[in-house]
Amino acid sequence: MAEVVLRNLSKSYGDDIAVADMTMTIPDGAFVVLLGPTGAGKTTTLRLISGLEKMDSGEVWIGGRNVGNETPAQRDVAMVFQQYSLYPHLSVRDNLAFPLKSPILNTPPDEIERKVAEVSSVLQISHKLDNKATALSGGEMQRVSIGRALVRDPSIYLMDEPLSSLDAKLRTDLRVELKRIHASLGATLLYVTHDQIEAMTMATHVGVLDHGRLVQFGSPREIYENPNSLYVASRLGVPRINILPAGIFGNVPDGTDRIGLRPEHINQGSGQDAVIKRVEHLGDQARLHLNLQGHDITTIAAPDTDYQPGAHIKIEPRNPLCFDAQGNRIR
Amino acid sequence: MSSFSVTDPSPRSKWFAGTLVILYALITMVPLAWIMLTGFKSPSDAISYPPKVVFEPTLEGYVNLFTTRTRQTDEYLQANPPKTWYEEIVREYDMVIAGPSKFGERFLNSVIIGFGSTFLSIVLGTLAAYAFSRFKIPLADDLLFFILSTRMMPPIAVAIPIFLMYRQLGLSDTHLGMILLYTAVNISLAVWLLKGFIDEIPREYEEAALIDGYTRFQAFYKVVLPQAATGIASTAIFCLIFAWNEYAFAVLLTSGTAQTAPPFIPTIIGVGGLDWPAVAAGATIFLLPVMIFTILLRKHLLRGITFGAVRK
Repeated sequence: MAEVVLRNLSKSYGDDIAVADMTMTIPDGAFVVLLGPTGAGKTTTLRLISGLEKMDSGEVWIGGRNVGNETPAQRDVAMVFQQYSLYPHLSVRDNLAFPLKSPILNTPPDEIERKVAEVSSVLQISHKLDNKATALSGGEMQRVSIGRALVRDPSIYLMDEPLSSLDAKLRTDLRVELKRIHASLGATLLYVTHDQIEAMTMATHVGVLDHGRLVQFGSPREIYENPNSLYVASRLGVPRINILPAGIFGNVPDGTDRIGLRPEHINQGSGQDAVIKRVEHLGDQARLHLNLQGHDITTIAAPDTDYQPGAHIKIEPRNPLCFDAQGNRIR
Repeated sequence: MSSFSVTDPSPRSKWFAGTLVILYALITMVPLAWIMLTGFKSPSDAISYPPKVVFEPTLEGYVNLFTTRTRQTDEYLQANPPKTWYEEIVREYDMVIAGPSKFGERFLNSVIIGFGSTFLSIVLGTLAAYAFSRFKIPLADDLLFFILSTRMMPPIAVAIPIFLMYRQLGLSDTHLGMILLYTAVNISLAVWLLKGFIDEIPREYEEAALIDGYTRFQAFYKVVLPQAATGIASTAIFCLIFAWNEYAFAVLLTSGTAQTAPPFIPTIIGVGGLDWPAVAAGATIFLLPVMIFTILLRKHLLRGITFGAVRK
């Protein structure tokens, strides 16, 4: 495992800027999650680190080595793709053994057998080892492709939304498993996801990308509680943060254009009068969809509340986040 | 089964389609059956009119195909009674076997040149197709069109310049010359067909292999080639059929050492003109390798002919 450092990394495709001047340090043993909408440059970042894509400018350092001129094989990275990653002409066993048999690793057969057995039992695919890769369900395929990364001991694991195609239960299981692997192996991971729970539960660091730029890098709590822009604030949080005009509750710092209110940062019982439009009971909590002076607001309430649509409720903010006209945080 | 189904044809249309296919198969197979049967006829049966469908089979044609024969004096014939079944057949015409004919040699030439040029076309074609499919090549479209354009004229249109070139280079009537020529004709088809097949293989597989510790060539060899096997097989069949059946260049450029079977077979002369049963026997044997090759690869061929037609 190793530290990975990106310095002023840039990559464009024609006029499309995929990654712009990105500088980031992935500490040894860290689990870094990249967040951002489609097209923000998450996947390109992974591909630049792996060497599948050639950078326009900048440097990639893996374990103190400038790998700019190295091939993907020489860089010693493992990558899990979002799809299409199993070799269809090989059995599950051969798929898992494929990286170990490479000329670079050239692992002895008994070692290959041991590692394949170990990884397949972790991922619960031992009984499918002799199947053809194409005879698996989508979830099994993705587990094998994660397994193909885990059989190795690379400098860094790069994972591109590896759990997005799995069903909810398997997702949860594998999330715990990945976290366990991270903790027990001390592995360094760079992980792309859209899923907030994956980001919050697994990451030691979260990097938020916007149009190829790294706009904030910090611990998941820091990103959630202390975002430095409106953009970052709206990346995390389900339901999403409520964005409201600055003056709606009065009393904000100078220059504030909009305020951001997390659903759980709204006190009920005093303040402004809002109308309840819809109530959703989620079991462990209830979601209230409110209307305040023409603005939609989502907040949460205890599961046993029996609010009815059309009823009125008083709300006031608790620690709102203030943003200027450009969307930057005012502290 | 009265319910309407979009995907299952009705029994009536199944019958109709089946009948059509059988009729078509019969029509295409009649000439083939004719040739194969003629190989077992005697020379007089072969040219009788109306044609004989029922006849007494003989291996005369095959014996004549593989041997050369000479007339002998009665004394010689009586002193040397026939020792083998094929000598007996020849003896009916007061002849003895003088030695093997050139058919075996010519057939071997066909095998060497046909399979050699197919192999070369496939090796070069696969590498070129891979490059066109995966790399950014300047003027790639123009190059591909240029490669295809070599197919736009009948190859024989350039027979004279090739004849002169080959004479100058000493390639006339050599195996190498014929292999190069057939490869040159086949390679455009090979590149185009194979590029289509390789385009269909997602590059994620190679990228995964690159990350898994393999070089690009190893990734090509271990990941792309096995998945392109279907395309390679069907392309190989197309190339082999062309090189195997080619007649015009073979007549023009070969006469001895490197002569292939197609120009040789029609020149088999028997008693009083062309020996039709021997020609038919030669054609039958000549058909076999391509037939066997095609049957062996037919699973791939079926997929190959319909490639691109069905997408997941």
